[in-house]
Amino acid sequence: MLKATVYVTIKQNVLDPQGNAVQGALHSMGFKEVEKVRIGKYMELSLDTDNRAEAEARVRDMCEKLLANTVIEDYRFELEG
Amino acid sequence: MNFGVLVFPGSNCDIDCYKAVEDTIHQPVDYVWHTETDLSKYDCLIVPGGFSYGDYLRSGAIARFANVMQALVEEAEKGKLVLGICNGFQILLESGLLPGAMLRNKTLKFRCHPAKLRVVNNRTPFTAAYEEGEVINIPIAHGEGNYYCDEATLAELKANRQIMFQYEGENPNGSVADIAGICNKRGNVLGMMPHPERAVDVLLGSEDGRRMFTSILHFWEGKTDGAAVVR
Repeated sequence: MLKATVYVTIKQNVLDPQGNAVQGALHSMGFKEVEKVRIGKYMELSLDTDNRAEAEARVRDMCEKLLANTVIEDYRFELEG
Repeated sequence: MNFGVLVFPGSNCDIDCYKAVEDTIHQPVDYVWHTETDLSKYDCLIVPGGFSYGDYLRSGAIARFANVMQALVEEAEKGKLVLGICNGFQILLESGLLPGAMLRNKTLKFRCHPAKLRVVNNRTPFTAAYEEGEVINIPIAHGEGNYYCDEATLAELKANRQIMFQYEGENPNGSVADIAGICNKRGNVLGMMPHPERAVDVLLGSEDGRRMFTSILHFWEGKTDGAAVVR
C-alpha cells in the first residue's frame, strides 16, 4: 500500500482571485507581512500497490488527465509507504 | 433537424434548453443521459448549464469523462454542431474541444443578471442571424466564468476570428479580452457563459437568444450564405 499526496496550485502567472481575497483579509487583520497568498488543493490517494515506479507514473497520469488542469494549474506529489 | 440536450447528474438548465428548441424553432429534441454512447442521430448537441457532478474538483472536470462526452467528441469531429452553455462551456474547455480554462470570477461573486454582449463574428452557424457588432441582452449566471488563455492562444483566437461574443461595458468576471464566448477553429463548436436559452421570450426580459436557435436551424437547412465556411 502506498500513499500519494497530491498538491495542485494555480500557476504563478495566472490570477488567483481567492488567494488575493485571503491576502486582503489577512492585511485587514494586521498581518501586513503577507506578500502573496495562493490557494490550492490537497489530495490524499491510497494506492493498492507496492511498486513505487509504477505508482509514480500512474499518479502523474492521473494529475495530467484529471486532478489538475495544466492550462491554469501546476501539480506536484509525494509517495509514502 | 434533431437536437440532443445532454443531461449529467447536476445539470439544471437542460429543461430550459429543451424548451428553447421546442418553442423557438419547433424541432424534435431529446434529453440524452450521460451514459449514452451513440449520438449519431443528432444534428446539434447542446451541453447545458448547471453543476455537473457538483462541480467537484473543477467545473466540468468529471463530466468530460462521461460516456456521452466521448460520443460527443466523435460527433464534433464529424462536423456536427455543438453548443455548450455556462457549465456546458466549462465542460467543452475541460474536454479540449475548445482552448483555455475557467477561473473563479475576479470579484469572487456569483453573478446572475442580464448582460450586454457584442456579437463579434456573425459568420458562424450559431450567429448568422445577428448583425456583426450588434449588442444583445443575454443573462449570465456563474461563479466561474473568468475565461483564461495564454497570450499565444489569445492571438490565435483573434487571428481565426474564434471570439464570438465579448462583454460590452462592464466585464462581470474578469475574462481575458472580455471574452463571453468562443468557437473552435472549424466553427462547429461554440462555448459561451451567457444563457441564450433564458432569453427567448420578452416575458423573460429579452428575446435576443432566439436568433441563436434560428441561426442553427437556418444553417442546417442550408439557408445561411457562407456559414458553411465559418470565417
